[in-house]
Amino acid sequence: MYVYDHYDQRLIDERVAQFREQTQRYLAGGLSEAEYLPLRLQNGLYVQRLAPMLRIAVPYGLLNSTQLRKLAHITRHYDKGYAHVSTRQNIQLNWPELEEVPDILAELASVQMHAIQTSGNCIRNTTTDQFAGVARDEREDPRPWCEIIRQWSTFHPEFAFLPRKFKIAVCASEEDRAAIHSHDIGVELVTNAQGESGFRILAGGGLGRTPVIGSVVWDWVEKRHLLTCLEAILRVYNQHGRRDNKFKARIKILVKAMGIEAFRAAAEREWAALKDGPSTLTDEAIEHAKSFFTAPAYRSCDAATSDAELTALCQADPIFARWVEHNTVAHKVPGYRAVSISLKATGYAPGDVTDGQLELLAELADDYSFGEIRTTHQQNMVLADVEIDALRGLWQRLQQAGLATPNIGTLTDLICCPGGDYCSLANAKSIPVAEAIQARFDDLDYLYDLGPIELNISGCMNACGHHHIGHIGVLGVDKKGAEFYQVSLGGSQSKDASLGKILGPSFSQEEMPDVIGRIIDTYVDLRQEEETFLQTYNRVGIDPFKERVYASSH
Amino acid sequence: MQALIKDGKSATCDRWAPVQAEAEQAPAGHIATLSQWQALADKRDSAVQIEPGEGIEPLLEHLDALELVAVSFPVFTDGRGFSYGRELRERGYRGELRAVGHFLPDQVYYLRRCGFDAFQFADESRLEEGLRQYQVFSDAYQASIDQPLPLFRRRA
Ligand code: SF4
Repeated sequence: MYVYDHYDQRLIDERVAQFREQTQRYLAGGLSEAEYLPLRLQNGLYVQRLAPMLRIAVPYGLLNSTQLRKLAHITRHYDKGYAHVSTRQNIQLNWPELEEVPDILAELASVQMHAIQTSGNCIRNTTTDQFAGVARDEREDPRPWCEIIRQWSTFHPEFAFLPRKFKIAVCASEEDRAAIHSHDIGVELVTNAQGESGFRILAGGGLGRTPVIGSVVWDWVEKRHLLTCLEAILRVYNQHGRRDNKFKARIKILVKAMGIEAFRAAAEREWAALKDGPSTLTDEAIEHAKSFFTAPAYRSCDAATSDAELTALCQADPIFARWVEHNTVAHKVPGYRAVSISLKATGYAPGDVTDGQLELLAELADDYSFGEIRTTHQQNMVLADVEIDALRGLWQRLQQAGLATPNIGTLTDLICCPGGDYCSLANAKSIPVAEAIQARFDDLDYLYDLGPIELNISGCMNACGHHHIGHIGVLGVDKKGAEFYQVSLGGSQSKDASLGKILGPSFSQEEMPDVIGRIIDTYVDLRQEEETFLQTYNRVGIDPFKERVYASSH
Repeated sequence: MQALIKDGKSATCDRWAPVQAEAEQAPAGHIATLSQWQALADKRDSAVQIEPGEGIEPLLEHLDALELVAVSFPVFTDGRGFSYGRELRERGYRGELRAVGHFLPDQVYYLRRCGFDAFQFADESRLEEGLRQYQVFSDAYQASIDQPLPLFRRRA
C-alpha cells in the first residue's frame, strides 16, 4: 500500500497543527460557529444529534495492521469502544469530544492517517473496488490511480468551497464494485479500439433527493491526462453549479440543466487550457504510484492440492463450508482466496466493529494477509490475500470473535446508515429496522435459497445508505412528525445501474419486517428456476409486489 | 485609508477606493463594478471588481490594461472566486489580484495559491489573523499559481 514520504508526513502534521489552532480559536471565540463549521467539516468533524461525529479517511479502503491497532486504541481511549464502517469505506467515531479531536488527528497522523476532506463541500475520499489488485476480472489495479487522485485532491486550493460535496470512484474491473454510476465523477479503466488502456469519464451520477445515473463525458481519455480532465470538470462545476439551493447544488443537477453536450463542451474549453500543462502525469509519476501496489510475496503452492484439501474440509464440516462459499471469493493467484468479514451479525448495528475486534483483525491481517485489510462500501472488511490452506484456521479465529457470520451477499448483509440513533439529519431510525429484518430472516439456509439480495436503508433523503440502488431500498420519511419508511424495488449498482421504483405509501417501523417478508414471499412464489430477486423483479415488474404488500394490510 | 495585506505584509491602499455600485459611472479613483468598467472607453490603468457569477470572460481582452482586479466574496462559502483568481493568472493577468469582502483569514493560504496577492477583509480587525494564516503549509501536492509544478514533478 502507499507509504508516506517526508512530503506527505509534513503536510499531514501541518494540517493537525492548523486544525488544533483553529479549534482553539473557535473555543476562544475568535471564529464564529458558522466560520468554524466548514473548517471542522473538512477535518471530518460533524456535530451530530448526541455528540460530535468524526469521520476518518480510509483512502480507497486500505488499512494496515498498525493503523487498525491505532484505531482500536482511539476508539477505546477517546470513544466508547467501537467504530463504524461507512458506505464510502471510511471509519466513523460516534462519541469523540470536540476538544480532543486535534489529539485524535495527531494520533492518526502518527500512523499515516487523517480525516481530511471526509466531509464538507470539497472533494471527498476516492473509493474503489474492495478486491482491487486480487480480483480475477480486473483489467488493471485501480489503486495507483486512486492514490494519484488522492494527492491531487488533498488541499486542492481551488476546490475547497464547491457548491456541494464531490465524490469520485474508480473502477478497473468487469463487474463494477465501486458504484461509479452513482458518483459525481466515475472513472472507469477501459481499452480503446487500438487496444490502448485509458479512462472513460462519467459525471453527474448521484443518489440523494434526485437520484441520477452518471453520463459519459469522455469515452476514452489518455491516462496522462487524468488530472487535467478532472480539473476541467471541477472548474465548470465550481463556477456554474448552483449555490442558491443546497438541494440543487450537486453536479448532477448542473449536468442535467446544461445537457451533457453543453457540459462536455464547457469542460473541453477548460480542459484545453490545462491539457499538456504541468499537471499532465509523467511516466515517472505513474510508475512511482504503481510501485506501492506491487504483488506481495505470494507463496507458490500446488493449487490443485489445496483446492482438493479445501473441498475435503468443506465436506467434513458444513458450517465451515457455507462460510467458504459465501464469505470468500476467487483470487487471481492460484492457492489464494479473498475473505470477506461480515460486520452484519444480528444484534449489532450494521458496520460496527469494537476495539477488541479491531485488534483481532490487526492480528489476523498480520497472520494471514500480509498485514493489510480493506473496508468495503457494503460496510464489511476484506482480508484480500489468504492462502487456501489457512482458511480453516482463520475461520476458527473469526468465529470466536463473532466475525464469521456467513451472510455476505444475502438479504441480511444489508447496508444501513447510522440514521436517527446518531444522525441529526435523520427523518427516522434505520438501525432498529435493520435489526428487525435481520432477526426475522435468521434461517441461513432460507437466506441462501433466496440468493443475492441487496437491501439498503437510509434514514433520510441524503441517501448515505444508498437506498436508491438497493434491490430493495428503504428510506426513512417524516409523516406528520412520526417516523415512517418508504420502500422501493429494483435498484441496482452494477454496470447496468438502475434506480429503484417506489412501491407505494410508507409503513411504520413495526410493519417493516412483515413488508419485507411479503416482498420476499412474492419473489419466492414468482421466481422461475434459478432467477435472482432482481431478475424476477425485472421480468414481472412492481405490480405483483404491490398487490401482495398492500392487499392484506388494508 | 484602507488596510489590507499586500505581498505578505500589512499595507494601506489609497490609490483605489471601494466600489460605488449605485453610481452610473465609477467615480474617479474608485474600483469599477463590471458594468461600470465595461462602459469605460479607456481601460488603461483601470480597476474592476468581479462578483460571483460574473466570471472572468469579459476581462480577458483587457488583461494588460488592468491595474487591479478585485474578486468579491460576499460570503466565505462561495468558492467561485478561487477559480476566477486562478484562471486570470493562467490567462496571463499580472496586475494586483485582490480578495475583498467576507472571506476568512483561514482562506488566505488557498487564495494565495490561486494567485491572489492582496487581501482586504470587510472587517479590518481580521487582518492580523490573515497574516498569521499566510503560510500554514510548507508545500502542496498540486500545481498552483505560486508553485506551477505539481509535487509529482518535484518529488525527491
Ligand atoms: S442518510 Fe440521512 S439519516 Fe442516514 S446518515 Fe445520511 S444524513 Fe444521516
